Amino acid sequence: MSFINYSAREINFKVVYYGPGLCGKTTNLEWIYKVSKPEAKGKMVSLATETERTLFFDFLPLDLGEIRGFKTRFHLYTVPGQVFYDASRKLILRGVDGVCFVADSQDARMDANLESLENLRHNLEEQGFNLDELPYVVQYNKRDMPEVLPVAELSPSLNPTQVPEFEAVAIDGTGVFETLKGLARQVIQKQRGS
Amino acid sequence: MLNPQLALYDEELTEIREVADRLHQDSRARTILIVDKNGQLIAASGVDAELDTTSLSSLVAGNVAATGGIAKLIEEEEFTGQYHEGKEISVHMTIVARRIILVVLFDKNTTQGLVRLRVKKANEALTGIFDALAAKPKGAQEDVFKEITDEDIDNLFGP
Repeated sequence: MSFINYSAREINFKVVYYGPGLCGKTTNLEWIYKVSKPEAKGKMVSLATETERTLFFDFLPLDLGEIRGFKTRFHLYTVPGQVFYDASRKLILRGVDGVCFVADSQDARMDANLESLENLRHNLEEQGFNLDELPYVVQYNKRDMPEVLPVAELSPSLNPTQVPEFEAVAIDGTGVFETLKGLARQVIQKQRGS
Repeated sequence: MLNPQLALYDEELTEIREVADRLHQDSRARTILIVDKNGQLIAASGVDAELDTTSLSSLVAGNVAATGGIAKLIEEEEFTGQYHEGKEISVHMTIVARRIILVVLFDKNTTQGLVRLRVKKANEALTGIFDALAAKPKGAQEDVFKEITDEDIDNLFGP
């Protein structure tokens, strides 16, 4: 959960990018890292296998600026998407303030999306969270791929509660910041208590 | 909720820093970090400019979380301490009050035995501070966030 340091006038939030293997969670963070100003970002840490698949997590600290004299800092994490890393995913969800579910828009990945979404809900419950009460956005990634499903078809299954949703092509940055903003907005609103 | 929000005020931070500074001095360690189990750095002592404390805190928390996962699998309640021995620098990590990680980076200027001894004392002091903090009612200062407007949030992201 958020950490407020009244002494240093800082507030820190933890948000997690979740989704099936190869949906583009790490790519989202890489883009944010690439375009953020040097003074706003820390080092990006990736715990990955030799084939660049996320093994434990990616981590990117990002400074969003000041709100009412408080430095607002977001710690962005990804989880490993591959099914068998479930134990690691559970650990990364601990103390989360907000979640972005990154869906792979390709028709062939629909089952993987649904399985991952179910897994997210289940793992959050194990940590004492309810997805419906948590700041939460959905991103439909890989909109540039040839065999993608229309959002109108993805949305009823992957976003039944109609949280803010965004189309993205994370590899070229399309929709990446819109998604982050959508999530950050909810996280701060929740802190405000509205 | 398993991990309620952590709010620290001047008073506690000063006490925490004093414990860190005392431990730094008494153990003759290089660096002391006090990290939330979620990976947020709370206080530090003896940090030199090159040390990336943000990444370090996140990795330490990941490490402790993974070890905690192992403990759960083998039905052990918690591994309260961890030690990584390096050629030049070694790392000692201890869980304090179930939610804080006390990290000591030390070199050949001291010994593991001395570090462990001093950590035990610091652990007791920190447990007292964090237990008192957990029992403390939420102060009026929390209202700062109630005043945040949608415009404030929009301004964060610029035009």
